[in-house]
Amino acid sequence: MIHCFKQGGYNIVLDVASGSVHVVDDVAYDMIEAFESTPKESLFQNILQKYAAQGLTEQDVEECYGDILALKQEGKLFSEDTFKPNVEALAKRSPVIKALCLHVAHTCNLDCEYCFAAQGKYHGERALMSFEVGKRALDFLIESSGTRHNLEVDFFGGEPLMNFDVVKRLVAYARNIEKEHNKHFRFTLTTNGMLIDDDVIDFANREMDNVVLSLDGRKEVNDRFRKTVGGVGSFDIIVPKFKKLVDARGDKSYYMRGTFTHFNPDFTNDIQTMLDLGFDELSMEPVVCPPTDKYALTEEDKPILYAQYERLADMMIQRQRQGRPFTFYHYMLDLEGGPCVYKRVSGCGSGTEYLAVTPTGELYPCHQFVGDPDFLMGDIWQGVTRTDIRDRFKRCNAYSRPECADCWARLYCSGGCAANAYKATGDIQGTYRYGCDLFKKRIECAIMLKAAQALESDPT
Amino acid sequence: MKRIVTLKTRNLNESKQNGGCGECQTSCQSACKTSCGVANQKCEKAAK
Repeated sequence: MIHCFKQGGYNIVLDVASGSVHVVDDVAYDMIEAFESTPKESLFQNILQKYAAQGLTEQDVEECYGDILALKQEGKLFSEDTFKPNVEALAKRSPVIKALCLHVAHTCNLDCEYCFAAQGKYHGERALMSFEVGKRALDFLIESSGTRHNLEVDFFGGEPLMNFDVVKRLVAYARNIEKEHNKHFRFTLTTNGMLIDDDVIDFANREMDNVVLSLDGRKEVNDRFRKTVGGVGSFDIIVPKFKKLVDARGDKSYYMRGTFTHFNPDFTNDIQTMLDLGFDELSMEPVVCPPTDKYALTEEDKPILYAQYERLADMMIQRQRQGRPFTFYHYMLDLEGGPCVYKRVSGCGSGTEYLAVTPTGELYPCHQFVGDPDFLMGDIWQGVTRTDIRDRFKRCNAYSRPECADCWARLYCSGGCAANAYKATGDIQGTYRYGCDLFKKRIECAIMLKAAQALESDPT
Repeated sequence: MKRIVTLKTRNLNESKQNGGCGECQTSCQSACKTSCGVANQKCEKAAK
């Protein structure tokens, strides 16, 4: 299968199974598109006719045809998808756990209406994780991780800094035991910024491999949803704190992460605000909520969002040329060193390699399922006791949904987010079509950016 | 090739033979938390 698209002045052909990306001129584009469906004679005739005014000769067409054939023989065009027959082996690895989302605080000091965590409470009681529960969660992760060396722990909430002392003690505990178990913990802190102070900055920049800082962009956009419990917008409180943290962070990763909704489909203006504030590692996500919510993205928003994603790619090219590059999470494709096909088939690992832990030590497939009793998998003392739930998540992969069978993007999303699918269709094996459409647009933009970067650095 | 520029990419078919160590980051763990994208993850086989 191939996927041909035009964007940013580039004609791009993606060979789905091999992952090859070709940037082609108009003649090659038309020939590749029709290559498999049109007899050679008709193909030549059609192309010569279409490009007669440009002086295209039969020799030119023959040469291009030969190049296409050569790429096909090299397995870089029209390559066969050999993964599907082995999908069970590719996707079903032993059930080691390598990542935990630690919900250290089911409470929050902001009251954001759109929050999927329902103001941090996940539709339950307010709660803070004790050190003992967190410690047991880290022990459980080590015990469950087999030979995996790199273990990830995300301090999440609610607002994790409302339980900062426990976060600090858990990191100290992990650092103390990782060597004896031949493990390496990588920590992430996801915070709304309200409680950032010098102590947090020093700790986060020393111990956190990544920090995710929540800001929606323009002040009026951020403050529409991201308000204190008293109804005051958070922008003026958090931005100076974020700046101080990022300024002191050096080369360590961070993400300035926003959410856009029906009220700001022009989200590149929010990205611009983040850039103007001096932030350059950015992520901006579409809100996930029931379609009946007033801020839910609509079909009418979709063409606007497509244009915004294209504008974002253009902004990145312009800033790169000016020597002021920035990154956008979804456009960070690593074509040469990216994930192997095992990862691409099996996806994010929710419910299998990745679990969420509540303040009381319950296990859920991921943070988005927390609080739903149908997805309670066990606890950190007994481990996963509902293995039937794990088995259902194990079966989620790039080939498990009928809608993915003819989708060119399946090896980029692995079949999509199970939580989004569940919320949209009631089935983790369903398809959240709106999310698919946006995802495909983002991947096209990301591939186009790679093409632009490659050709600008080596125009030959 | 006059009309086709092929970018350098990892051959997915070949990664079937040498991939699967599982050391890479959990995709959702880094920034988005609300979607599943795997292509922007780094291969971390060497980091083992």
